[in-house]
Amino acid sequence: MSNINDIIKPENLVYKKADALSDNIMHYCPGCSHGTVHKLIAETLDELGIQDKTIGVSPVGCGVFAYNYINCDWQQAAHGRAPALATGTKRLMPDHYVFTYQGDGDLASIGTSEIMHAVNRGENITVIFINNGIYGMTGGQMAPTTLVGMETSSSPYGRDISIHGYPIKITEILAQLPGAAYVTRQSVHNATAVRKAKKAVKKAFEVQGKAIGTSIVEIVSTCSSGWKMTPTGANEWMTENMFPNYPLGDIVDKSKPKQEDLEQFPLK
Amino acid sequence: MAKVRGAVVVDTEACKGCSVCVVSCPKNVLQLNKQVNSRGYNYSYMANADECIGCGNCGLVCPDSVITVYRAKE
Repeated sequence: MSNINDIIKPENLVYKKADALSDNIMHYCPGCSHGTVHKLIAETLDELGIQDKTIGVSPVGCGVFAYNYINCDWQQAAHGRAPALATGTKRLMPDHYVFTYQGDGDLASIGTSEIMHAVNRGENITVIFINNGIYGMTGGQMAPTTLVGMETSSSPYGRDISIHGYPIKITEILAQLPGAAYVTRQSVHNATAVRKAKKAVKKAFEVQGKAIGTSIVEIVSTCSSGWKMTPTGANEWMTENMFPNYPLGDIVDKSKPKQEDLEQFPLK
Repeated sequence: MAKVRGAVVVDTEACKGCSVCVVSCPKNVLQLNKQVNSRGYNYSYMANADECIGCGNCGLVCPDSVITVYRAKE
């Protein structure tokens, strides 16, 4: 039985922190999905070799400090306006990769207009959409994506459809727009899901490189602090309750377009 | 068949003790330490180091990217 120090050598390395991540300790709560998604974006930038020509647009929400953690160029948008800022950036610098990083309070609520029209124009940007069903940063208030009956700090008796309406499936709505080239919904609650999400994020950036439309990756996430659960308990709760309402998988994939799709929605 | 052995190195100061790696480990190698780091979190450590196969699941799911995984054949 060899000593453990014999295994810890550079040639035996299997997994390490992505080079595009900075050394700052993340301010996110323990177990927050934001950290995992940051890591996936950083690994994608490393693997595609596009770190020096990538511009991110950070949102308002917990993800606002993403610029402290991923080493690429960043802008910070007003609440919900990240797709508008990304549109301008991409049009001025079409050779750069531009992505927005938005939460559900940002993208599905105050920023609905911006994301709808950006996707409808088929802007060649990548949208990373973190959906945890609440406004996490401000204390776990009800968001448009909150599940029916889900207790939040502003709906303590659960979301009531007669008063608050139904949870909005914004990704399915965006998938119907002709400008959407790649739309998928993933999760990062276990190793299998992380591997699939990694592929999806990488493909989204590759689709942007092909300039065939907007690529959207929704990540169904946990907010253990806002949900008042342990990190692992929140992952289990998400598996049981979020996934039936927000099923995982690809919704639109035009990266290898079929002939009938091209006739119906001709690409630019 | 050659036995595969792995090793997990945790950056204990950056670990927040969320225990997502603990439940993702197929061999129950990782546990949360009873000691805390300077920020008061019970950091993750290899409680059962001989069982580690270096699959890398813990590194993949770690939200704070504090885990480095090594693997060697004996």
